[in-house]
Amino acid sequence: MMPSEVEPPREPPRQGPPPRQGLVFDIKRYAINDGPGIRAVVFLKGCNLQCAWCHNPEGISASPEKMYTPAKCIKCGTCVNACPEQAITLQSDGIHTNADLCTICCKCAEVCPTKAIEMSGILMSVPEIMEILEKERVFFDQSGGGVTFSGGEPLIHPAFLLELLIACGQKGFHRAVDTAGNVSTETLMEVARHTDLFLYDLKMMDSGLHEKRTGVRNEKILSNLNVLADSGAHIIIRIPLIAEVNDFKENIRQSAEFISNLAGEKKEVHLLPYHQIAQNKYFKLGRPDDFTLLSAPDEENLASAIKIFKEYGINATVGG
Amino acid sequence: MMFENINTHTSAPERPARAEGNFDHPGKFGAGPGMNDRIQKLRRLSVETLPSLSVERALHETAFYKEHYGTCSIPVLRALNFLDHCKKKTIYLGDGELIVGERGPAPKVVPTFPELTCHSVEDFQVLNTREMQRYTISQEDIDLYAQEVIPYWKGKTQRERIFSHVPPEWTAAYEAGLFTEFMEQRAPGHTALDGKIYRKGMLDFKSEIASNLAALDFLNDPEATDKSEQWKAMDIACDAVIVFAERHAAMADELAVGEPDPKRVAELKKIAEVCRWVPAHAPRNFWEAIQMYWFVHLGTITELNGWDAMNPGHFDQHLAPFYEKELAAGTLTRDEAKELISCFWIKVNNHPAPPKVGITARESGTYNDFTNINLGGLKADGSDGTSEVSYIMLEVIGELHILQPGNSVHISAKTPDKFLHAATKVIRQGHGYPSVFNPDIYIPEMLRQGKSLQDACEGGCSGCIEVGAFGKEAYLLTGYLNVPKILEITLNNGVDPVTGKVAGIETGDPLTFTGFEALYEAFLRQLHFVVDQKMRVSNYIDRMFAKYAPAPFLSVVIDDCIARGKDYYDGGPRYNTSYIQCCGLGTVTDSFSAIKKHVFEDRTFSIDRILKAVQNNFQGDELLRQTIMNRTPFFGNDDPYADDLAVRVYNDLVAVIDGKPNIKPGGKYHLNMLSTTCHVYFGKMTGATPNGRLAGKSISDGTSPSHGADTHGPSSVIKSLARLDHVKSGGTLLNQRFLPGLMRKEEDIKKLGHLIRSYFTLGGHHIQFNIVDTATLLAAQACPEDYKDLLVRMAGYSDYFNDMNADLQQEVIERTENDAF
Repeated sequence: MMPSEVEPPREPPRQGPPPRQGLVFDIKRYAINDGPGIRAVVFLKGCNLQCAWCHNPEGISASPEKMYTPAKCIKCGTCVNACPEQAITLQSDGIHTNADLCTICCKCAEVCPTKAIEMSGILMSVPEIMEILEKERVFFDQSGGGVTFSGGEPLIHPAFLLELLIACGQKGFHRAVDTAGNVSTETLMEVARHTDLFLYDLKMMDSGLHEKRTGVRNEKILSNLNVLADSGAHIIIRIPLIAEVNDFKENIRQSAEFISNLAGEKKEVHLLPYHQIAQNKYFKLGRPDDFTLLSAPDEENLASAIKIFKEYGINATVGG
Repeated sequence: MMFENINTHTSAPERPARAEGNFDHPGKFGAGPGMNDRIQKLRRLSVETLPSLSVERALHETAFYKEHYGTCSIPVLRALNFLDHCKKKTIYLGDGELIVGERGPAPKVVPTFPELTCHSVEDFQVLNTREMQRYTISQEDIDLYAQEVIPYWKGKTQRERIFSHVPPEWTAAYEAGLFTEFMEQRAPGHTALDGKIYRKGMLDFKSEIASNLAALDFLNDPEATDKSEQWKAMDIACDAVIVFAERHAAMADELAVGEPDPKRVAELKKIAEVCRWVPAHAPRNFWEAIQMYWFVHLGTITELNGWDAMNPGHFDQHLAPFYEKELAAGTLTRDEAKELISCFWIKVNNHPAPPKVGITARESGTYNDFTNINLGGLKADGSDGTSEVSYIMLEVIGELHILQPGNSVHISAKTPDKFLHAATKVIRQGHGYPSVFNPDIYIPEMLRQGKSLQDACEGGCSGCIEVGAFGKEAYLLTGYLNVPKILEITLNNGVDPVTGKVAGIETGDPLTFTGFEALYEAFLRQLHFVVDQKMRVSNYIDRMFAKYAPAPFLSVVIDDCIARGKDYYDGGPRYNTSYIQCCGLGTVTDSFSAIKKHVFEDRTFSIDRILKAVQNNFQGDELLRQTIMNRTPFFGNDDPYADDLAVRVYNDLVAVIDGKPNIKPGGKYHLNMLSTTCHVYFGKMTGATPNGRLAGKSISDGTSPSHGADTHGPSSVIKSLARLDHVKSGGTLLNQRFLPGLMRKEEDIKKLGHLIRSYFTLGGHHIQFNIVDTATLLAAQACPEDYKDLLVRMAGYSDYFNDMNADLQQEVIERTENDAF
């Protein structure tokens, strides 16, 4: 999803982000599935996992990316003329961009009249983001909501994230961080000092399988979760449930056991059944082949998972 | 002659008759929804009976006028005509009914009102055969009408009185679709009642009238004769409803004689007892209170055909004392109360709106007569008005799923969250109601208009969104104003580009405008001219009703008509307001924004190019259209650039309309921002607009953003709307479309409640949620640009419906169908 909150910057992004700027690929308002109350979700670009089921594929790369929707293209050629690198050609099925020539300068997205071309990832400063979040204050106050930082993996931009968290804290906004936990313990614990709630993703317990499906092993993720729980942080565990990937009983049982042994308050578990909803985004990124069609667990497996969690005294619900 | 495209006040597609309340699931409910066998049967009869027309009232009236016209004063003539019909009309008492009385001879049978507008033979044929909202009538009845009714009324109807006296400037503007006129089809109305009929019966009103008559000073009071005629007429009107009720009592007694079931015999005896007591006397218990209101309701809608039927106002507050007293005394159970309320609800649904005449009969229609029952809110003393009866009514609404009566919940800061939550759960069912109102804003709206605090607290919203002091005010909706069309003629120097005819005044060639201010100035001059035309004729029509179609029965129940000896249409009520309903704020704002930004600021396009593009309906210049639609700040996105323009237009509409005197003592014009479904008609009459809207497509509704212009979700829409000062209006309207997926969990429904509270904290007047159905989603697939606002929300993910591929859209649609149950 494109950053709908902001117009593309008039200046092309400079090489190497200046301090206190971060790459944001969306700010979602009236978010109701990412923590308590009505929330705004800030999506930071870049991730250190490569999950096959990712539904924000535009959030994986830490660089701006061009997204193109052929259905919206009226073949007007405006972008062809605007491109300083002559990287774009107009053909009968729409435009084609020569990736070798394209410098992701944004010019084409700026001029495209239909927004068939959009840039994913815009450099924003902390005050710019805070200005948008401030607009939502009445909804936060009324509903007990706040801000959720998501991604990508927000913790791979610790300095920027910390500044945002501190600024939100000064405003009195409730702060949630949605993380997969694959970062250094120091970073996690530094962020935890300024975070009111973690939405902590747990994909699967077997480290080999984890590596196969996400590109990384899970030892650090699990140990970080333990440390975080020991610190007394508020944590909701989120588990994306994908048929034949992690919905089998053994994984659920191991997850439940691990969660039930975490220190501190009893953990809530949110099960997020797989959805192919993001398919279009892979097309828009020009990487349709990266999309892997998986499927959601059937009703039976979902019910069974909830039951297993219950056996471990854990309340697992479907949805965020 | 085009006129109102009145429809349901949601933008949900109209449903065929049989499918009104089409949320039936036969397999699940047996005889259909309802708390018990009786309610299920009554509901089923109401939902499945196709509306038809009855000529009975017209025949009675025509015969009466032939014999008596000229023999007495007009008010007395009207009252005697009403009495005559109440004595003669066919009455109905159906199987299993507890609350009794129908306007026509049977449920869903609608009379005509030839004194206002006389249907032609062609009108009947159209009504008989049109696809949607059909009203059937037999050829025999059409022939009878042609023979007995039509010849007598030729040249004498209110409609003909009006159209024979309008100036050519008015006609030009009217035919261009710059505004509509309510009163050419139905009498002024939009009336809601306060609590007086639960404290006083018709005999009490008669005795007040008698003492006023006795005190008349014929030597010194120049109005003594007029008052005397008015009071005599009111007195006769009271007798008429008493007679009407007594005929039902007699019928119940008769039916009891032949009834084999002893349980039903007891019910019929009870009905007879109730109908002998009310409306002559004030009601003594819960049952009588409901029947009291229902007789008053029937009286007002039989006497004349006023807009928006009749409305009990804060019905839950009126019934609560009876309920609490009887519950404590053990003479009524909660279920019995709920059953009586269900019976009442079905009664209202039995009464489709009388069909209109002329082209309107072909173009438009709805069965909805817009009785809008107010739930919750504040009491006259400013305290919380919710009671157990409010919750029972919400249950009934949630169970019955019927088109009428409309209903709304009133959420003040004092209203408990529990009530809001119960209401949002009904909203979640997706019938488009209840709509949600904010007393903490509409009370100041009324105070600003000069009402006393107590009268304002006792008031609320009737019809769609318009505020009024219940039981004390005539607040007449005079018609809709097509604000985007005013911009359209401004861009064409006073000419309507759709027809090439002059529709306004010359305000300059737009090619000569040197800046945005010059354009805006020209727009304001056109606005003044059009509004003046509209007011001039509305005032004239007001007098026609005061003189030729007074409403003596309605005057009995509205303060201070009895005290003043004046009719409801003649300044009798305590407050007299005329509203003009302004449509298309979103469309006109976005059009101004497009011109301001692209022509005068960025100079992306010349004004000439935009005018040509608009003239050609954007054919050949899709580049311009797409640039405008995707690169212009539009209203509804919490963007000050567009929102400030909306505020400016809104404030200027207020400046031009608000506070202008109407011709009643102390009466003033105010505006409200209602469009009902007139935005569809206005859209048909308006060419392409500079915001990228294609010719003929509907303009924006109420104060909602243009379709598809709001792309940042409901919180941003609310922030934009909150920039308007709602207190300056007599009501604004915000329709918000939601996919059912946004309200799946209990928590989501609570968050919707928070969204409502947030809007009201910021000063919003009204919000309504259309939980989109399959038809809407299919339309979104066919025409994505109008539906850019449809949000999809999943954990950690955001997207819009139109950004999903066809398969996923299909899945959302299928899921929506399942969610409806």
